[in-house]
Amino acid sequence: MCLAIPGMVKKIFNDNTAEIEIGGIIKKASLDLAPQVSVGDYVLLHAGFVLEVIKEEKAREIFQAWKGNLD
Amino acid sequence: MKYIDEYRSKTLAKNILNQINLISYQPVNLMEVCGTHTVSIFRNGLRKILPLHINLISGPGCPVCVTPVRYIDEIIAFSRKKEFIVTTFGDMLRVPGSTSSLEKEKAKGADIRMVYSPLDALKIAQNNPEKKIIFAGVGFETTIPTIASTILKADKEKIKNFFVLSMGKLIPPAMKSLLESKEIKINGFLCPGHVSTIIGSKPYQSIASQYHVPCVISGFEPVDILQSIYLLLQQLKNNQAEVIIQYSRAVKPEGNEIALSKMKEVFITVDSDWRGIGNIPQSGLEINDNFFRFNARALESDIEIEETLEFKNCRCGEVLKGIITPLQCPLFKKICTPENPLGACMVSSEGSCSAYYKYN
Repeated sequence: MCLAIPGMVKKIFNDNTAEIEIGGIIKKASLDLAPQVSVGDYVLLHAGFVLEVIKEEKAREIFQAWKGNLD
Repeated sequence: MKYIDEYRSKTLAKNILNQINLISYQPVNLMEVCGTHTVSIFRNGLRKILPLHINLISGPGCPVCVTPVRYIDEIIAFSRKKEFIVTTFGDMLRVPGSTSSLEKEKAKGADIRMVYSPLDALKIAQNNPEKKIIFAGVGFETTIPTIASTILKADKEKIKNFFVLSMGKLIPPAMKSLLESKEIKINGFLCPGHVSTIIGSKPYQSIASQYHVPCVISGFEPVDILQSIYLLLQQLKNNQAEVIIQYSRAVKPEGNEIALSKMKEVFITVDSDWRGIGNIPQSGLEINDNFFRFNARALESDIEIEETLEFKNCRCGEVLKGIITPLQCPLFKKICTPENPLGACMVSSEGSCSAYYKYN
């Protein structure tokens, strides 16, 4: 039930909602809990709300951390 | 999909697994608190590839599973009255109450509607002004801010027929309760990623320091979980007990401060019953006095709640505390199945019994 899905912000509307694309499907979501999003951001979507913006630089850390071991 | 596929890399997973094998040699009990982790661990076969001495224990992190029978009876009682429409997340429909379930009441004609978001319940209220809409407010810290935000919206838009039957629960008090009970030895916690997106890492600090149990906030893909296990093992090897955020792409140390402030604005912390576990102090959330007009419990004089009957042979409580696995319950797969669930752990797709049934 605590599942949150990553998706990309496609459009932001004046009523503090946004269209989020998740694997080709468009979902409308409230930005009440995360108003700082921009078009093109990847966000976590849960129960009709954006919970957080996914941080690209942090997302890369795991791959950098293990890079030495992968080489 | 971006932020999913790359965390399913077999090469990376194999590499982390090799590192786990290098540093792990002692038996350890690691609890994954969250039901979404439990499902991911099973779905990706992680138990089978980890060394045998790493024992992964499923914890109480399935909100549907820990919702007590009395609460199910409350929501069923609302559904039996014509003036109410009950709205709920789908997982709640089949959870058995004392003598019925929402699914059974729906089959008898009750107006019970499955929603994806509490905002959908609010829309139903706007479209049905002659009815009172009850939303079954079940969830952990991930979901509670969405309910708080919906109540604030209802307040702003002066919607008078929307009510929430709150059963929000908090994860850190449950983790402390498990450690205090000493019924099971837990060497490390895989902490729930999306709960932590909201609450951050600070609430786990006292668990790590007071009980000397390392905590790693983990993402949900196999590479995330394997790395988190590695980070726990590394701490255990070095006799450390700290809180590490592995899921840093989605979790900040301070959490989501906007979501936390909305939770605080609408709810107060109360003692709360957990199905099969009992009462845990300060582990639940109730709507505070400022928003009492949205509290469905203010309407309880209009309904008749039946006497609570617990199914005595159900061992969900021990499963939720990690004391036994579902395989040790005599009802599992025999009488209790996903088609005919007796315990809540078999109902929810994130329940331990359901996951064992489907994947083990």
